[in-house]
Amino acid sequence: MSAIGELVEGAGTSLAEVGRITKFFGRILGQIPAAVTKPGLIVDQIYNAGALSLIIIMTSGLFVGAVLALQGFLVLQRFGSEDALGGGAAIALLRELGPVITALLFAGRAGTALASEIGLMRATDQLTAMEMMAVDPIRRVVVPRFVGGVVAMPLLTLIFISIGILGAYVYGVGTLGVDAAPFWSQMRANVAVEDVTQGVIKGAVFGVACSLIAVYEGFTATPTAEGVGQATTNTVVNSAVMTLILDLMLSAAMA
Amino acid sequence: MRSTRAVDISTGLFVVLGFAALFFLATQITSRGLSLGGTNSYDLEAQFENIGSLKVGAAVSMAGVTVGRVNSIGYDQDVYKAVVHLKINSDFNRLPKDSDASIMTSGLLGGQYVGITAGGASEYLKDGDRIEFVQDALVLENLINQFLASFGSNKDKESASKDGQSSKTEAGK
Repeated sequence: MSAIGELVEGAGTSLAEVGRITKFFGRILGQIPAAVTKPGLIVDQIYNAGALSLIIIMTSGLFVGAVLALQGFLVLQRFGSEDALGGGAAIALLRELGPVITALLFAGRAGTALASEIGLMRATDQLTAMEMMAVDPIRRVVVPRFVGGVVAMPLLTLIFISIGILGAYVYGVGTLGVDAAPFWSQMRANVAVEDVTQGVIKGAVFGVACSLIAVYEGFTATPTAEGVGQATTNTVVNSAVMTLILDLMLSAAMA
Repeated sequence: MRSTRAVDISTGLFVVLGFAALFFLATQITSRGLSLGGTNSYDLEAQFENIGSLKVGAAVSMAGVTVGRVNSIGYDQDVYKAVVHLKINSDFNRLPKDSDASIMTSGLLGGQYVGITAGGASEYLKDGDRIEFVQDALVLENLINQFLASFGSNKDKESASKDGQSSKTEAGK
């Protein structure tokens, strides 16, 4: 009885969380038109979420592309079709690895920064102070950070994929000795514009999900040192799980 | 605080890089001929006795050049044939009416595609037309069966003639 009771209780808590985050999302959407009138705040957040993530995204992209070339090469070699390496690497990066790894890195790099920043504002009563001055903290603090993340994620995804393809090229052609011409021609023959669109759509959806989770966790953090730490942890865990679930759904929808 | 100029420059760099990546991916990595979603294509139809393992999305090629894609595959119960709809890029709009379509295999383990060989008629195929001359997919099992059958009958003949010879020699003794 008590086990079932706990289960029902737990399901209720989870559902309540989903409800609260949806309500929070609605409040953010409602404030977006007002926030767009102050583009300076949003540009600052694009810098925080995007420009500051550039280094980690580009480094990771390079190595993911290179390892993809190596592993792909070892498999394709068995079938004597190393020439397909370029196409295989590009499609894998565009459709799966690019958006997903970018989202995971984004959650770790930018999401945690957002959550702890907003959480600390909460813990140090800055948000309450804003409310006292009749400044809506959602409009002033949350929305610019959310929009910045949403703008930055697709761009980061595209940069990650491009650098990944270059990494696959450098490692495949330079180290593994694949011919450069078939590498590119096979890629061009096998990659469709839809593959690029799918990467961008996934990047945008993951951007919305990860940014929303980060600002929500920060905004609702318990105003203690422990609470802020907890909010940061929740951001990474929830963003990663949400990204992977959404990834399957989007892949199935766009298959 | 950070200097505003540095922030502006790196934000600008980030946005420019992002759009450069989009441009790179959309133009350098993909081939436009692959997606025929737009209006610049026309449909042809061909009926086959057997399409083998032809799939929707397979290439339609002429002389090895991809000119279109297989749009849909159906089965016509009236004639008991597979009906294959082809989407051809409208750049290739001068296919003679008596062109023939055959299902071919690329490489030993490769996928199957539709190969079109141009005919000699002066009229051209239009949207919705049917390609009348077709050649079915080569089914490997049938080929092996035929080969084994002919091999087997050859062997029978050989052994028959051998028997004849041996019987002759026996008779000679």
